Amino acid sequence: MNIVILSGKGGTGKTTISTNLALLMKANYIDCDVEEPNGFIFLKPEKTQVKDVQVEVPDIDKGKCTLCGDCVKACKFNALARGKDKIILFDKLCHSCGACGLACPTGAVAYRKRITGIIEEGIKGNMVLKRGILNIGEPIAVPILKELLSDIPQNGINILDSPPGTSCNVVNTLHYADRAILVTEPTAFGLHDLKMAVELVKTLHIPFGLIINKYDEKNQYLNKYIDEENINLLGHIPYKREIAESYSKGETLLDHEEYKTTFLYIKEKIEEELL
Amino acid sequence: MKIALSASGKDLDNNLDLRFGRSPYFIIYDLDTDQFNIMENRGESSGGGAGIAAAQQLIDESVEAVISSNIGPNAFNLLQSSDIKMYKGNSIPCKLLVEMYKEGKLQEIKESGPSRKGGF
Repeated sequence: MNIVILSGKGGTGKTTISTNLALLMKANYIDCDVEEPNGFIFLKPEKTQVKDVQVEVPDIDKGKCTLCGDCVKACKFNALARGKDKIILFDKLCHSCGACGLACPTGAVAYRKRITGIIEEGIKGNMVLKRGILNIGEPIAVPILKELLSDIPQNGINILDSPPGTSCNVVNTLHYADRAILVTEPTAFGLHDLKMAVELVKTLHIPFGLIINKYDEKNQYLNKYIDEENINLLGHIPYKREIAESYSKGETLLDHEEYKTTFLYIKEKIEEELL
Repeated sequence: MKIALSASGKDLDNNLDLRFGRSPYFIIYDLDTDQFNIMENRGESSGGGAGIAAAQQLIDESVEAVISSNIGPNAFNLLQSSDIKMYKGNSIPCKLLVEMYKEGKLQEIKESGPSRKGGF
């Protein structure tokens, strides 16, 4: 059972919710926010193993290349260009689709591997903790995500901490979702991006619930939308300085009795209404 | 000899577009005949690698110089490797820039502008 925690807007608390829920539910934790994974700061895995993630990029044999430019025309990502005396590869734009090789009439295109990131795997008690890390400067995260998600535990519950937004990276994470939990904050931005996230999970037919983070009783900004859309509200986490301080030290909220109660309530609600 | 200008509109009275990869048009100006034609920039609507698509278009047109302003690293390297010189223009009518080029008053661009890679 894979539960994806996503938000639309960044900074609403996906990692706070994901790490605390994973601990409380004794679930495995998979950090899919490969551009800036930070869940391990809170979960502190042991016995971490690392492996490279490689993608294929074209390697053009100058001896066989006639500079016809068919590979350049075939590339939909502008990763190849025809210069004066050679084909030039912009490797960071390459999506490894293989079209250039198919288009080449002289068999001049071979492929070589290029490392764009790593996968780390460790444990904490009985929990399996994994994360992908995209190398700095690399623009394409999807190959890291696919490699990460192709090998996750098959038994028990996996909490997948999604990247923010509603782009390719989130959609690829949601391909593995059995359930989704949306996290938002009661602000105009939070509401705007929540609507996009709701549309996305509905389009993909994934059963979902909502957690409101940074909640303040005086702020009822989201009520109308939640009522209109009939969204299953799983709980609130209060807007407190104490929580931000605890987060900044890399602590989990379960260390505080008050917030542990909050998370226990959310966990029960998830088990009753979402699983 | 042909030169190209990244243009905001379809004739020489329009201003230069300071963006190279995402300018809507290129004016291809033939200095031998003083004639010009307009090309839509394929880079403008490209999902990524706009500068590369734009530079490729100009290489295929066999231009020998480009007048623009912000040329990113990928496009800069590609144009440079094809021996196409780049010159910096301001946001003024393309007609004036052609005259300034002829008089040798434009400054050559010797290094690329910042990357604005939007990803994909």
